Amino acid sequence: MADDRGTTAGARSRAGKILAPLAALAAFFALWQAATALLHVNPAILPAPTSIFANIVHQRALLAQYMEPTLVEILLGFGLAIAIGVPIGTLIVFSPAAHRAFYPLIVASQMVPKVAIAPLFVVWVGVGLPSKVLVAFLISFFPIVVSTGQGLAAVDPDMIKLFKSMGASPMRTFVKLRLPVALPSVFSGLKVAMSLAVVGAIVGEFVAANTGLGYYLLFANGQLDTVGVYSALFVLTLLGVVLYFAVEVVERAVVPASFRKSEEELSVTL
Amino acid sequence: MPTLAERPTTVQGSRIDVRGVTKEYSSGGATGSRVLGPIDLRVEAGEFVTIVGPSGCGKSTLLSIVAGLTKASAGEVAIGDARVAGPYTDLGIVFQKDLLLDWRTVLDNVLLQAEVRGLDPRAYRSVANELLALVGLDGFQDHYPRELSGGMRQRVAICRALLLDPPVVLMDEPFAALDALTREQVAMDFADIWLKKQKTVIFITHAIAEAIILADRVLVMTPRPGKIDLELRVEIPHPRSMLVRETPEFAHYATEIRKRFEANGVLHQHGR
Repeated sequence: MADDRGTTAGARSRAGKILAPLAALAAFFALWQAATALLHVNPAILPAPTSIFANIVHQRALLAQYMEPTLVEILLGFGLAIAIGVPIGTLIVFSPAAHRAFYPLIVASQMVPKVAIAPLFVVWVGVGLPSKVLVAFLISFFPIVVSTGQGLAAVDPDMIKLFKSMGASPMRTFVKLRLPVALPSVFSGLKVAMSLAVVGAIVGEFVAANTGLGYYLLFANGQLDTVGVYSALFVLTLLGVVLYFAVEVVERAVVPASFRKSEEELSVTL
Repeated sequence: MPTLAERPTTVQGSRIDVRGVTKEYSSGGATGSRVLGPIDLRVEAGEFVTIVGPSGCGKSTLLSIVAGLTKASAGEVAIGDARVAGPYTDLGIVFQKDLLLDWRTVLDNVLLQAEVRGLDPRAYRSVANELLALVGLDGFQDHYPRELSGGMRQRVAICRALLLDPPVVLMDEPFAALDALTREQVAMDFADIWLKKQKTVIFITHAIAEAIILADRVLVMTPRPGKIDLELRVEIPHPRSMLVRETPEFAHYATEIRKRFEANGVLHQHGR
């Protein structure tokens, strides 16, 4: 698709889009570094960013090895949440009976503290991968259900009338009208769900695990290895950010450009 | 695909008959509150009928019932020989909102009419282009709706309604959201198309001047529950221009309608 913003002004603003957050990040770390040095903060409480980065580089093989199961848990939990959340969100819109029957249950399932039932999952499916996937799924599927439902229901009733008068079948109305209208909303749900899936996987690992970044984090904490804790946190944060933007890349490919919310609109809604 | 000019008018057999139609909304109790009717109405094939009435008189509901999009509480509608039961699809509708799909170009919005029915949109490209040219949108085919003004968007909606050359066109206050100047221009453009293609048209509006200028026949409705209160045949020859408003005949029709509105309490005089 042709992008009409390929001008020099456009290129400048795009460079600004990348430079601005990088500059802010650099300033944040600089401030942190300066604070630890000038205030003589005990490294066991708040280590300097440089020592954390050094540790990450030093332990990179181990961290990569521990990142892999965590990544798999996140992706499986997130995938399961899409596979189940999107159909349920759709069902709720099209069947008032299903809405009445299931919606309170779904809301109730969100009120149960996931951290509290995570140990139960271990009892049910063991300490392996499934218990973490289950937590990641449970914590991330709700925003998908809600955003899918909201998106599909957001269609102008007059638009439905128009489609009926054009002889559209329910399936055609779904594909040509409801789905495109719903996509932006579905994707904002997916982005929330992705960040929650990361939380879910770590919560799962906190409860019982012998691998994963959550386990590494707990282990380092037990050793009073603050630098190790921060290293795991950094890697985890980076992983979450990459996954979040992966969803955004897919969104850009799937949601028509002319229909995507502009950044100004988004900043207002957020 | 034949061009627009070559295609025969498909207007025969598109007479609209509305017989004893009412609409009631039950509000819990046994007796519902009536918002419309009873309405008895015949629109001859190729006739342009405008319906004027105050807000809330049920005129949009009437149009929706004719299109089979709303169920009447009593009575029936027939188009040609077919009784309308469920959405009637051999027609074009233009609503007050243009209802364009933001993610489709102008051309693709017009072609939606074919696509949604499972027809090959490519076969209708030339017709769509001709229609767009007819309403002054040549060259805007690849623009997106957000790049167009309100008047241009509504013109696209009209092209979408006309793509398959339907014998019947229903219009529900189609120009109400436009500014006065644009409104006149789009109205005259549509009158032009109607003259060329002789559709059977029901056109809802609350603008008296618009109702007279476009119509073969103006129907005036009472406040809720809306009934047909006055029927005026407009004996001004087509094609008409906006200058028609300066003629005594026009003034006469407008006065008739105003008087009826005053009698019904829709309009009232001040300080005289």
